[in-house]
Formats: sequence, structure tokens, C-alpha cells
Amino acid sequence: MKAPNVRLEVAGIDSLILRLFDFIDEANMPWMLAARTRLQEVFGGALIDLVPSYTTLLLHYDLCQLDSKQARAKVAEAFDGLQPADLQGGREHQLPTWYDRSVGPELQLLARRSGLSEAEVITRHSGHAYQVFALGFAPGFAFMGLVEEILAAPRLSTPRKRIAAGSVGIAERQTAAYPVVSPGGWNLIGRTPSRLFGSDIEGYSLLQPGDRVRFVAIDRAEFIRLGGDDSPLEASQ
Amino acid sequence: MNALDGGLRALRSSPFVQLQDGGRFGVRHLGVTQCGALDWIAHRWANWLLGNPLTAAVVEITLGNAEFECSRDATLALTGADLGARLDDQPLTPWRNFAVRKGQRLSFAQPRQGARAYLAAPGGFQAPLVLGSCASMLREGLGGLLGDGRAIAVGDSLGWTAATGATRQMPAEFIPEYQAAPRLQLVLGAQIGDFRGQSLFDAFNSEWLIDQRADRMGIRLNGPQLQCQRGSMISEGIPLGAVQVPPDGQPIILLNDRQTIGGYPRLGALTPQAVARLAQCLPGQTVHLVPTTQDSALLTQRQLLAQWQ
Repeated sequence: MKAPNVRLEVAGIDSLILRLFDFIDEANMPWMLAARTRLQEVFGGALIDLVPSYTTLLLHYDLCQLDSKQARAKVAEAFDGLQPADLQGGREHQLPTWYDRSVGPELQLLARRSGLSEAEVITRHSGHAYQVFALGFAPGFAFMGLVEEILAAPRLSTPRKRIAAGSVGIAERQTAAYPVVSPGGWNLIGRTPSRLFGSDIEGYSLLQPGDRVRFVAIDRAEFIRLGGDDSPLEASQ
Repeated sequence: MNALDGGLRALRSSPFVQLQDGGRFGVRHLGVTQCGALDWIAHRWANWLLGNPLTAAVVEITLGNAEFECSRDATLALTGADLGARLDDQPLTPWRNFAVRKGQRLSFAQPRQGARAYLAAPGGFQAPLVLGSCASMLREGLGGLLGDGRAIAVGDSLGWTAATGATRQMPAEFIPEYQAAPRLQLVLGAQIGDFRGQSLFDAFNSEWLIDQRADRMGIRLNGPQLQCQRGSMISEGIPLGAVQVPPDGQPIILLNDRQTIGGYPRLGALTPQAVARLAQCLPGQTVHLVPTTQDSALLTQRQLLAQWQ
């Protein structure tokens, strides 16, 4: 595999956007993860935050220790001879998910859009091990993909003010589960009882970039047994 | 119970009266926001006046409408906005230390100059660290007095971590004034080339009005419509002070409680000094944007940080 040609862009007084790719692709991940590790090593204590997204890394460094020229030199050092990370060791998670209209109000909409039955929508959504591309939006909110084209659907034109924790949704060809109660505009199709973010979870976020995630359909009884909260969408805590 | 518990009891409060410190770092890759005091300069001075670590926890009081009862004698410090503070009946101007006696009441009315006041106590206010910081973040349920993200509520009791503080005096030349329309320095970003020439001219030669939609997450500006040739973008990490331009052409300046990644094109990002100054602006006030470069801004910022050394 050919190493990506990294482009450096000024983002702020003490931050640079490192642009590795132009398109969202699962093949980006080994490079993104390798770059993250190398940048952490090379910057050491001068690194304040490193925020990966699908195609870029936002690098925030300590301006008391480095000026922009020094920071750029360190980036060049980090990318020199970069080898893609081995994703075989990445974790695979199974997220039990109760797919139901009562907690997934867009299940019907997605079925209608795709011409599939609701059961078929569930089978297709749960039939794929998704790649975690990035965390963002909220603590532990993992952007995963890619969802089959036939299930892709635009965000709701008016986002909901309040979505229950554990809600599973689709936006375009991405899927995600909401770790905490939050506003949101994704098409909801079910709910997972799994805890996604907390100080009791190693690394705080259950899902990390590079991990693979499979949604496993469960029924209501199993959902409750696993500690799920089946209260209606907007009223849940 | 710690001997220093219960120094101040909240009698009146609002969602905009919060425990804040220097913010949460090294966690943005988890989707956790930076948080921390918006006017980091006033925050540092409040701690400096008492000889505290500069980023120790303080109470950030936005717009006023708060009252505390002092549970024991102490020396506190107040900086930032003039929110019509009083100690019992006596007016209390900011940018100084002041002694309080048990039973006295410290109140904040409404803004007379600036928007955010910072109240410091000896050693810093006491709160559990969550992901390295006690900064309050309700949306994420992190930080604050109990670690659950909540703002200071009526009945809450705030303790601090040292018995006494220093009694420093504020160097007069460092006391800011918040009346004049500020010129906010903006480090030009890489996407600047995606904006139309006329829009770039407008961005830096117009008066921008602070919108009603202004909070710790971001502040909207109203003015000429800025046009960007680039449509949708793949989401990417957002630095502090990023000036993003959504399709309506009205910029939003993203502050400490911003989301970690987002997909609107940006003019660049305000300098930290400009972010602090913007934090003292109220809706309806006017600001100007002034372009600068990374290197020039860095020099200014390093000089600014040297003030406290």
C-alpha cells in the first residue's frame, strides 16, 4: 500500500489539520491509526490533543514548546517511513440491539424508502461488521460505516430535541448508537442496552476508531434482561 | 467532612453559574469537549490574586442573577465582568481581593460591563476531577461540584482547598475595559481560499453584531452574507475559536463547549486572546474581525502568557 501524501493546513494559532485522504474509505483506517500512534510518539509532551476524523487529524500542540515551523518538522518526522497499522488485532464488538418501532420510529420509513420489509432492513443492518471511523459529536459517539446503499437515508429535516441513550440510527451511509441522552437528527431503528461511555469502561469509550462492530438483533425480553430502558423515545432519561 | 467544606452556599443561581477550570485536555478524540473558563485571562487573574495555581477551579458567573451566603471568614477574589456585585449592601468592583465575614451575602445583579465574572477562593474551589478537570459540562454529564456536569444550584455548598490565600494587588495596566467594540484577531485558515473575494473583504471590513444565540458552545455573528464556494465537507476536528460559516453565510465562532468535529467551512480561528475578549461581549454589541497569521499570533500569545511569570 502506498503511504498517503499528508497535506498540512493551518487550523488555528496552535493547531494544524493533517489531511491524509479526500474520501471516506475503510482502507484509510490502517493509515489513520498508524499516523496517530507515530504523532503521539514524536510530539510526546508537546501534544495537547489529536482528533482523528474520517480523512483528517486535528493536531493541537503546546505553543509554549513549539512554534509552527517546529510543529511542521515533527509532523514530517512522524510521517517519514510510515507503515499502515495492522487492524487484525482491532477489537470486534457485538452490540445487542432491540429493533422495534417503539424505540426505532424510522424503521418503517427506511423499509418504505428501500422497498424492503422491516424484517429485511433489520437483517441487512445487523448483517455487517461496521468499521468505527471516528468518535465525535458526543462522548463515545462512534461514527460507523458503511451501511449498505439501499439503507442509506438523509438526516431528519428537523432534529429531535431529545433522544434516549442507546438509540441506534442511520444517517446517509453511517450508523451509530447514541451513548447519552442528546438531541439528534439520525433515523432511529432500535436501541441497545450496552453502555457506551463511562469511567468504568477501559479507555472511557467502548468503541474506538479501528474497531469493528456488529449489531445483534435481540427481542424486548432480552433487552430488558440486559438492563435496557424501554421507555418512549422523548421521555427516556 | 473537610474543614474547608462549605465556604459559600448558593441562595440564587442559574444554569450560567458554573464551576470551571482550565478545561479538559487529551480527551477530544473520545468526543469529549474542551470546556473550561471562557475568559481564560480573567480566570487566571482571579487565581493569581490569591496565589492559586492559575487554572484552579473558579465560579464562572454569566450575566449575574446569583447570590451566595458566606459560611465563614475568608479572602476571595473577583475579576472579569462588572455584574453589579455587592457584599451585603456595599458595591464590590471586580479585579481585586476582598474579605468576607461569616453570614455576609455576596450577590450579582446584571451586566454593567462585560458578560462573565470569575470568583476565586483560596487554593481553588473543591470538586472531583473528571477526565482530569472539574469543568462543568451539562450536555456530557461531566464535571461540576458532584462530577455530573450540573451548574451550581440553589442550596449547593462550595468549599475550597487552602486555608488562606495571598493578598496580591492587580497591576492596573492589566485591568481590561469591555466597552469599546473589540478587534478580534483571526488566524487565517487553509479554507480561506474557498471564500469569494467579496466575502473576504466583507469579513474583515464590516461591523459584526453579536446575535442572541450566544452561549458557551458558540457565538453567532450577524452581518453581510459570506459566500463559500465549497459545499459540504467531510467532518473534521474543530480548534478553539474556529470561525465557521454555515450555508446561511452568518459566521459562528466556536468556543470551549463546541462539538469536537464538524463539517462547515471556516475562515480560520480566533486567537486565544480574542476568544477571551469575545467571552465578555453581549448580544447586540459590535465586533470587528482582523486577519493575522499563526506566527504573529504566537508571539503575542507568548508575551501574554509571560504576564503571570
